Amino acid sequence: MNFPLLLIVIFVFSQAAYWLGYKKAFFSAGEKGPVHLHSRPQYYGTLTVLWCVIPPLFILVAWSVFSETVLTGLALKTMSEYTGNLSPDEISLLKSDLRNIVSGRFIPPAADAALLEAADHYRHMRDIGRQGLSALALASMILGTIIVLVRIRPGMRARNHVEKMISITLITCSTIAIFTTVGIVLSVLFESILFFQQVPVTEFLFGLKWSPQMAIRADQVAASGSFGAVPVFAGTVMISTIAMLVAAPLGLMSAIYLSDYADRKFRAAVKPLLEILAGVPTVVYGFFAALTVAPVIRQFGESLGLSVSSESALAAGLVMGIMIIPFVMSISDDVINAVPQALRDGSYALGATKSETIKKVIIPAALPGIVGGMLLAVSRAIGETMIVVMAAGLSANLTANPLQAVTTVTVQIVTLLVGDQEFDSPKTLAAFALGLLLFVVTLILNIIALYIVRKYREQYE
Amino acid sequence: MQDVEPSAPSSVRTIDIINRRLNKRYRAEKRFKRLGLAAILSSLLFLGLLFTSIVSQGYSAFVQTYILLDIHFSRDAFDVSNLAGADYNGLIRKSLQSLFPEVRDRQEKRMLNGLVSSGAPFQIQKMVMSDTSMIGSTRSVWVPADDDVDMLMKGRIDRSAPEAERRLKDVQLGWIDGLRGDLRLKKKFNRIFFTSGDSREPELAGILGATMGSMYTLIVTLLLSFPVGVASAIYLEEFAPRNKWVDLIEVNINNLAAVPSIVFGLLGLAVFLNFFGLPRSAPLVGGLVLTLMTLPTIIIASRVSIQSVPPSIREAALGVGASKMQTVFHHVMPLAIPGMLTGTIIGMARALGESAPLLMIGMVAFIVDPPGGILEPATVLPVQIYLWADSPERAFVERTSAAIIVLLAFLMVMNAAAVFLRSRFERRW
Repeated sequence: MNFPLLLIVIFVFSQAAYWLGYKKAFFSAGEKGPVHLHSRPQYYGTLTVLWCVIPPLFILVAWSVFSETVLTGLALKTMSEYTGNLSPDEISLLKSDLRNIVSGRFIPPAADAALLEAADHYRHMRDIGRQGLSALALASMILGTIIVLVRIRPGMRARNHVEKMISITLITCSTIAIFTTVGIVLSVLFESILFFQQVPVTEFLFGLKWSPQMAIRADQVAASGSFGAVPVFAGTVMISTIAMLVAAPLGLMSAIYLSDYADRKFRAAVKPLLEILAGVPTVVYGFFAALTVAPVIRQFGESLGLSVSSESALAAGLVMGIMIIPFVMSISDDVINAVPQALRDGSYALGATKSETIKKVIIPAALPGIVGGMLLAVSRAIGETMIVVMAAGLSANLTANPLQAVTTVTVQIVTLLVGDQEFDSPKTLAAFALGLLLFVVTLILNIIALYIVRKYREQYE
Repeated sequence: MQDVEPSAPSSVRTIDIINRRLNKRYRAEKRFKRLGLAAILSSLLFLGLLFTSIVSQGYSAFVQTYILLDIHFSRDAFDVSNLAGADYNGLIRKSLQSLFPEVRDRQEKRMLNGLVSSGAPFQIQKMVMSDTSMIGSTRSVWVPADDDVDMLMKGRIDRSAPEAERRLKDVQLGWIDGLRGDLRLKKKFNRIFFTSGDSREPELAGILGATMGSMYTLIVTLLLSFPVGVASAIYLEEFAPRNKWVDLIEVNINNLAAVPSIVFGLLGLAVFLNFFGLPRSAPLVGGLVLTLMTLPTIIIASRVSIQSVPPSIREAALGVGASKMQTVFHHVMPLAIPGMLTGTIIGMARALGESAPLLMIGMVAFIVDPPGGILEPATVLPVQIYLWADSPERAFVERTSAAIIVLLAFLMVMNAAAVFLRSRFERRW
C-alpha cells in the first residue's frame, strides 16, 4: 500500500473508531443512561481515535526517517567484497550513485553490474519493507482501537486521559523555541569549530586580508585563501552606521512629532503609511538601492568631481536606513508615550514650551528606552541581508570612505554558501564562522536592549 | 545675601528678561516643530519615491510586443507521425523572408530572424499539435517579438545613440518601422508573464513558477506554524507554571524574534539539508525554515490575543464546572481566534517577502518548470526578483519591477485581510 492510501485508510478508520468509542460508552452505561458516565461520551470517542491514530503514525514517521539509511546499508552489504577497500569518500559517492539509480533519476555512466545489482536488492528490500510497514501500521491501529474499546467502562476517566495527551502536545509545541535556538547554536558552532581547526581564531578575528577564494590547483599563486575578517567587520560597521545616521534622527523626530504635536487625524493617517515602509520586502529595497539610488549617488558624486563606486556603501546604507525608520519610530513612539503625563504637566506649569519640555524632560526620561530601541535597530541593520547583497560590493576593502565599495558579514555568508559547495573546504566553513559571529553579536545586542527596555517600562508602571 | 547690581534696579525687571527671550524661545519651538514635520515628510517622500520608481519601471511589463506573421504550414514540412520534429524555426524564417524579400545577405538574415523571440517556434509547435487541420493552410499568427524590439517599442532604447552602442542596428530599425507601418507590430497584454516559468529570454520569462513555489512554501509554513504557534501560546498563557523552565522558553521566543533571518537559513542548511538529507531547493525545506522564523511572531500575537480575553469568561466557565482544558478550548479560544489569525496573516506576509534564508537552502536555482509538489525544486517570488535583478538585459529590469508590483499586491491583500479581521472581530471588554 502506498503512503497516501495508507493515510486515507487510517483517517477513515479513525472516524469509525470515534463512532465505536462513542457507542461503546453509551452501551456500557446501560439503562442508567449516559449521565452515569465519568466523562461525556465524546471523550470516549476521542480517546479511541487517539489510540487508533498515534501508533501507526509513529511507525510511519520512524520508517520515513530511518528507512533510507538502513536500506542503503543493506544494499551496500551485498557488494561488500567490492566496498571493503574503499575510502569513506568513495563509499559516500557510491551511496549517492545508488540512490540515483534507485530513484530512477539517471544512471551514472560509471555504474557497473555490482552496483546495479545492489540497486535491485535495494528496491526489493524496499518493497518488502513497505508491505511489512503497511501491515504493521494497520495492525497497530486495530490493536490500539480494540484495547481502548475493551477498557471503556462508565467509571473510566476518559476526559482526563484526553486532556493529559493534549497537554503533552501543548508542552511539546512550546519547547520548539528552545530546540530552534539549540539547533542554531549547534549547527553554526559545529561547523565553526571545524573552521577554526584549519584557520586560527586570532587570524580570523584580527587578520586584515579577506580573500576566501580557494585555489583550483594546489600550485596556483596564493593557493590558500586568507581569512582575516577585519575588512568584513569594518564594512558591516560602516554600512550600519550610515543606516543609523539616517534612521535614528528621522525615526526619533517622526515619533516625537506624532506623539506630541500631531493631531489625532494626522496621526491616524500618517502612522499606517510609515508602517508600510516596514512591510516592504527587503529584496525590493535592494532593487531600489541598486538600480535607483546608487546611480543617482554616483552621478551626483561625479558632478562634484568625486570618484564613486557603483556599489558604494552610501547607497546601501542610505536605503537600509529608510528601511529601519519605521522600526525606530514605533519603538520611540511606545517609549515616549510611556512617559507619564504628570511629567509633561509639571514642565508646562513651570512655563516651558513644548519643545523645551520634550528636550529637557521627556527625552531624558525616555532615554533608556530610546537607547534600547536603537540597539535593536542596530542589530537589525547588522543582520540585514538582501539590501547589501544586491547593492553593496563583494570584495573586502578596508576603507573609511563611504563612496567606495565595501562588503558585509551577511554578503559574505551568502556568496560563500550560494552555489555548488563542498562541505569540508574552509571557504564554506568560513560562512558558518561568520554566521556564529553574527548570531552572537545580535544576540548580545538584543539581550542588552530587551533588558534596558524592560527595566525602563518597570520604572513607570 | 549678596547685592545684585544695585544701580537702576527698577529698569530691569524679570518679566522684561523673560519677554526678551520669549521670541527666541518661540522661534526655537517653531523650528523644532518644523524639524519633526520635515522628518515625517522626508520618510513619506522616500516611500513615494520607492513606489513611483518601481511602478514607473514596471508597469510597461504588463504589455508585450507581438509580431504578426503569415505562416504557411506547407504539407511537405510536416511528418504526421512526428509533429514535434518539424522545423518550426524554418517556418518562421520563411515567413519573415516573404515579408522582406530584399534581404539576401546571410548576416542580415540572421539579424532579421533575431527580431522574433526564440520562443516563437514552440508557440507554433503547440498550435499545430493541438489542431493538425491547419497543416496545408496559411495562418496569421501573433508571435512574441524579441526583447530588444519590445524595449524599442516601449521607448527604452535610445534611437539617437550611435549604432555601435545600440542593441538594434540601423537595418533592424528600418525593418521594425516597416512592420509598424504594416500594422504587424502591436503591444498586447503580456500573458506569458503570468503563465510561464523562468527563462533566460526576458520576453519568455514569467512568474508562474515562482508564484507556485511561494504558494507551496507558504502552505507548508501555515500548516506547521499556526497549530504549533497557537499551541505554545495557549500553554504559556494558560497552563505554564511560573518557573525557570518556562522563563527560559519565553526568553528564547523573544530572542528568536530578533535573530537575523539569514541565521535561520544557516540552520536550515546544516540541519534540514545536511543532517536530515531533505532535498535541496524544495518548498518543504523552505517552509520548515520559514516556520521557525515566523513562529515567534505568531506566538507573541496569539499570547496578546489570549491575554485580552477577560478573566471573567474563564471564571464563569470554571464556575459551572468546566475543566481547565474545556475552559480554554470552549470559551477562551473562540474569543481569541481572530487576534491569532491576524497575527498569523502578518507572519505569513513577512514569510512571503523573505528571501535571505531561502538563498541558503538553494531556492535560487534556475528553474523553468513550475513545481508540482513540495518536494520538487522551486523558487519563490522574492528570490525570483533577486535573480532577475542580477540579469544584465535591460528588459529584465522592467520584469523585475513588474514582479515586485505583483509581490506587493499580494502583501497588500494579506495585510488588508489582517486589518479587516481586526476591525471586524476586535472586541473591547
